[in-house]
Amino acid sequence: MDVRAQVSMVFHLDKCIGCHTCSIACKNVWTDRKGAEYMWWNNVETKPGTGYPSAWEDQEKYKGGWQRVEGGVQLRAVGKVRGAMTVFHNPNLPTIDDYYEPFTYRYQDLFDAPEGADQPTARPISMVTGEPMDIEAGPNWDDDLGGSPMYAANDPNLEQVSAAEREALFEVQRLTFFYLPRICNHCLNPACVAACPSGALYKRGEDGIVLLNQERCRAWRFCVTACPYKKTYFNWSTGKSEKCILCYPRLETGQAPACFHSCVGRIRYLGMILYDADRIQSALAADPDKLVDAQRGLLLDPNDPEVIAGARRNGIPDDVIASAQRSPVYRWVVEWGLALPLHAEHRTLPMLFYVPPLLPVMAKVGDTGYDTSIDDFLGTVDSYRLPIQYMASLFGAGNEGVVRYALRKQLAVRTYRRAVTAGDVDMAKADSLLAAADSNRQQADAIYHLTSIAPFDERFVIPPMHREQAIEMMEDPLTAKGFEGFGFRQRPERGA
Amino acid sequence: MLDILLFGALPYVAMVLFLVVSVRRYRYEPFSFSSLSSQFLETRRLFWGSVPFHVGILAVFFGHLTGFLFPRELVLWNRVPVRLLVFEVTGLAFALLVLFGLSGLLWRRLTTSRLRVNTSPADLLVHAMLFFQVLTGLDIALRLRWGSTWFAEALAPYLRSIFLFQPDVARMAEMPLSVKLHVVGAFFFFAAFSYTRLVHILVAPVPYLWRPLQVAIWNRARPQNPAA
Repeated sequence: MDVRAQVSMVFHLDKCIGCHTCSIACKNVWTDRKGAEYMWWNNVETKPGTGYPSAWEDQEKYKGGWQRVEGGVQLRAVGKVRGAMTVFHNPNLPTIDDYYEPFTYRYQDLFDAPEGADQPTARPISMVTGEPMDIEAGPNWDDDLGGSPMYAANDPNLEQVSAAEREALFEVQRLTFFYLPRICNHCLNPACVAACPSGALYKRGEDGIVLLNQERCRAWRFCVTACPYKKTYFNWSTGKSEKCILCYPRLETGQAPACFHSCVGRIRYLGMILYDADRIQSALAADPDKLVDAQRGLLLDPNDPEVIAGARRNGIPDDVIASAQRSPVYRWVVEWGLALPLHAEHRTLPMLFYVPPLLPVMAKVGDTGYDTSIDDFLGTVDSYRLPIQYMASLFGAGNEGVVRYALRKQLAVRTYRRAVTAGDVDMAKADSLLAAADSNRQQADAIYHLTSIAPFDERFVIPPMHREQAIEMMEDPLTAKGFEGFGFRQRPERGA
Repeated sequence: MLDILLFGALPYVAMVLFLVVSVRRYRYEPFSFSSLSSQFLETRRLFWGSVPFHVGILAVFFGHLTGFLFPRELVLWNRVPVRLLVFEVTGLAFALLVLFGLSGLLWRRLTTSRLRVNTSPADLLVHAMLFFQVLTGLDIALRLRWGSTWFAEALAPYLRSIFLFQPDVARMAEMPLSVKLHVVGAFFFFAAFSYTRLVHILVAPVPYLWRPLQVAIWNRARPQNPAA
């Protein structure tokens, strides 16, 4: 057993209201710069939809992630040999038009325009060229367009859905959508790191955060192609790639990342998990329908004495182990089986997990409310407005079982809480539903607590990041003694 | 006097600038080391410029290197007329490929508004220097034919004399004008090299070929894991 620690995350999609506050918090802190205007390290998408960059899930086009080959996994389009062959021109690199051309408005014209018969207007101008442009796309251009034939109908996940279901999905009375906030998954098997020929991308050993050393990045840009989530971005001005850093300077000082902290719906959870690095190889080679379970199987029980001993052997500090024991992530993902990885089929072992949404999916096909009296109440998850195949394409690597399990358990907990608070459901019925969903009252209470009323420090169990050691990665504190600070001391400007 | 300046002094100025500036830049301004790829802003036309240019320039570079390092072997190879012809025509083809690619790149850069705003004076200098070298090189190849053979006797000793710190200026002074231009252009190229995006050649990611794919960096050396 090779025990390692990883900062891991859970997003509870049932609680996401699609307000984009997370995106704005991130944008204001990190990407409000020249060359980074188009970047949204955190973005929120409407599903079904094509997302950002457009149709990023279409790996026929973008060729991201790993694929299983004889004896292991292989990067889909880049890597050592194919990278060398495409270094002068990468046929699978998204261009700025796949994201959107960043724009602003000539606001000054509103004040400076000469007096005339017409109202002055502020024309949109490109933030790349400065020239007037027509705005044709944006980072959330298909926001709320859950039934759009242009966007939702082109969602790559719908390929898993039968033609009849697909048609039914777009009937007006059945239209539905939910939100999918996305940040870097800080994967255990990051394709971006493996694809970077400069060695600029790396996984931080102590906490598993995937970072990019811009002083080593040389703009070979294979990371952009390799990431199946398109969460590494190329700064066209500085000629360097950039990505989500999970606000590690905030984490190191005990604060939640900006997108987490600002989340209005309180959908986000963060905590340390312990995993077994020895089992990664076998998890990577798992069959598609076993992928999610194989990935969850990597996470170790932080209360198991053997795991604790292994963690100590690997130099994981006791306070980090204690933090892992309080981690909400382990409960969501392993204990309760409610949180699932996004697109595990790309075999990057993403460390951001999603609780699949129940509400928009659920609202019944018929015109009545939720009828708990029917015999197979939990079975109704299969007749929800968003087909289970679609949800499984997103969160189950095609395995409907793990998604159905998570939805049924959420439904049972909801019904149980209904029995507790409103009393219009028979408690015995609630108990039997909980049992049928592989749960019980005690667990349901804990799920309810963490879902609905958990305060800040239960949602974000920020491990001691040992900044006094972490800083050594950027600077030797002894040689920098007497200096006035750490970090960039040269402006990050484009080289000649 | 001008010959001494251009063929006796300039090579050393170029050498010093090339070495000192690139080391200094790598050491103190690592952020500025980048190929500054513009593919993100324009990809279709880049293909028709970048690929022929890079393939051609690599072949031409290694052709020059062969002539400099193995002049005797090259002369021996060229003794059979057919082989000489094959070598020369191959070199010419690659040079034309460079010209084709370079023209495409410049045309693309000047006519794409997204790229125009993202072009530095150094970028234009690189284009100008490369054009100068390709055109003078083509002129030599076409008018002063069979350079792969006479190069060994006429020029390789001069280049060697530079590295032996006894520049044979007199030999260079006898050369035809286009040869002189090509050589002087090369010196200027190396002198300017470290100030431009050309530094990406120095950090070509060759070690990637034998590196383990995944990279983990620990703040401190990990304690030995007895299990591992």
